[in-house]
Amino acid sequence: MTAAILPSATARTRWRWKWLLLRRLSQAGVLGLFLLGPWAGIWVVKGNLSSSLVLDVLPLTDPFVLLQVIASGHRPEATALLGAAIVVACYLLLGGRAYCGWVCPVNVVTDAAAWLRERLGLRTRARPLRSARYWLLGVLLAASALAGATVWEWVNPVSLLHRGLIFGLGLGWTVVLAVFLFDLLVTPRGWCGHLCPMGATYSLIGAGSLLRVRADGRARCDDCMECFRVCPEPQVLQPALKGAAQGVGPVITGSNCSNCGRCIDVCDPGVFRFGTRLHNKLEASP
Amino acid sequence: MNRTQTSPPSPGPSSPARRRLLQEVALTACGAALFGGGVALYAGAARALPAQALRPPGALAEAQFLGACVRCGLCVRGCPYDTLRLATLGEPVPSGTPYFVAREVPCEMCDDIPCLQACPTGALDPQLTAIDDARMGLAVLIDHETCLNYLGLRCDVCYRVCPALDRAITLEPEHNARTGRHTRFLPTVHAAACTGCGKCEAACVLEEAAIKVLPMQLAKGQLGRHYLLGWKEQERAGGSLLPEMLDLPDRMPPAGAAQ
Repeated sequence: MTAAILPSATARTRWRWKWLLLRRLSQAGVLGLFLLGPWAGIWVVKGNLSSSLVLDVLPLTDPFVLLQVIASGHRPEATALLGAAIVVACYLLLGGRAYCGWVCPVNVVTDAAAWLRERLGLRTRARPLRSARYWLLGVLLAASALAGATVWEWVNPVSLLHRGLIFGLGLGWTVVLAVFLFDLLVTPRGWCGHLCPMGATYSLIGAGSLLRVRADGRARCDDCMECFRVCPEPQVLQPALKGAAQGVGPVITGSNCSNCGRCIDVCDPGVFRFGTRLHNKLEASP
Repeated sequence: MNRTQTSPPSPGPSSPARRRLLQEVALTACGAALFGGGVALYAGAARALPAQALRPPGALAEAQFLGACVRCGLCVRGCPYDTLRLATLGEPVPSGTPYFVAREVPCEMCDDIPCLQACPTGALDPQLTAIDDARMGLAVLIDHETCLNYLGLRCDVCYRVCPALDRAITLEPEHNARTGRHTRFLPTVHAAACTGCGKCEAACVLEEAAIKVLPMQLAKGQLGRHYLLGWKEQERAGGSLLPEMLDLPDRMPPAGAAQ
């Protein structure tokens, strides 16, 4: 990781904040649309991220929340099923974990923790497997089935925070603080990158999603390691960026990629760009 | 970085990398199971609903409701009177679920039941189409010692505000034994018509309401299944099941007892 400190071979003349800024605008915009109703009486969207109604016609429902409902033994009404289908269809196009990077309010909390962690130079790292989130996903669905209730929704930091910002937080801030401290002190990018079962659901949805980040300019990579430093899921970079010799195409196909675009921002040689998962062939050029 | 990817492509059955991976997977699985168990236990403990918290009209029985409700707050938005609210973490109501407190803001019993129509999952059961059939709870005249009508006055407020006037609450006249020459009009709730909207509780003029809406399971008794009400059976059969005149055995005092 010492390479991160060394100056990049290419002069840093580019503006490095485009996608990060757009992402923050998107997160604030989504929250703003939800708050516009209760604060200003302009009802663009009602409800919260668990389930909502846009412009009184378009239902949206979170797939993981609905999975818990179904696991608990309730047969949901058509509105919720349709809402979840629409959400799944959207993220099949946009990249499942684009939800995590562009919509989820907890992302701002964990990004803040990651930023502070780097500032403070903290080195502690208990590292649960990155697959822990899938175990949690399965365990929580099983718990829903056993308890006959959507048990995760009592404490789910994602629902808790978003619902809290709109309907009142109560002691919900303690759960959000716990996530922040976990990311800051225990495991870097621990919540979103290792544990969150909601993110795991979107990962599964995104495994075949159309919109992807591509390392089309990987021949220009100067090994500065900036992308690995900023990436919340750095394991997805390796195959696409360095896999040319093994015959791996330039598309970042790892389903944990949240399409946050931070690698595009920080890469001075301009290796990365947004594209589709199609045409994942090796470049003809040397 | 992901350790599974840095390990050799096909480690032998006893290779250290494989062993470490298996250990980590086992640890993760156990951790996840413990965590899930903890969350389920907490959710189980936090499940009880306080008596003052009433669910919106059409809510499924509490056990089913907690599986069906996604805590989206669309019912809250549907309510035109700001009656409903979502519980926050730390309140005694399961966090995120909708409820109302009758004494603060009672249900206005809208004909089109907008809160129920807004529910995307059916946690508020769409089979409820007439608000008069809602059973959010049951009004109970809890305190006979402070109720003004029981004291002999004509308060009648709970009776007057009831949306099911003269059906859910009636005033039953009864001789006032204290004065010996007045009548008390006792507010009497009839479960067959009470929706549990809470207007009576909200309107009760006392500092602390003498009439309160309670969850159905708290408010109602339950007759033994084998109990038959003679007068109802008689009505159903169209006549007495026994001969009108019963010939009971005569019992004469034994001879000499009168002495």
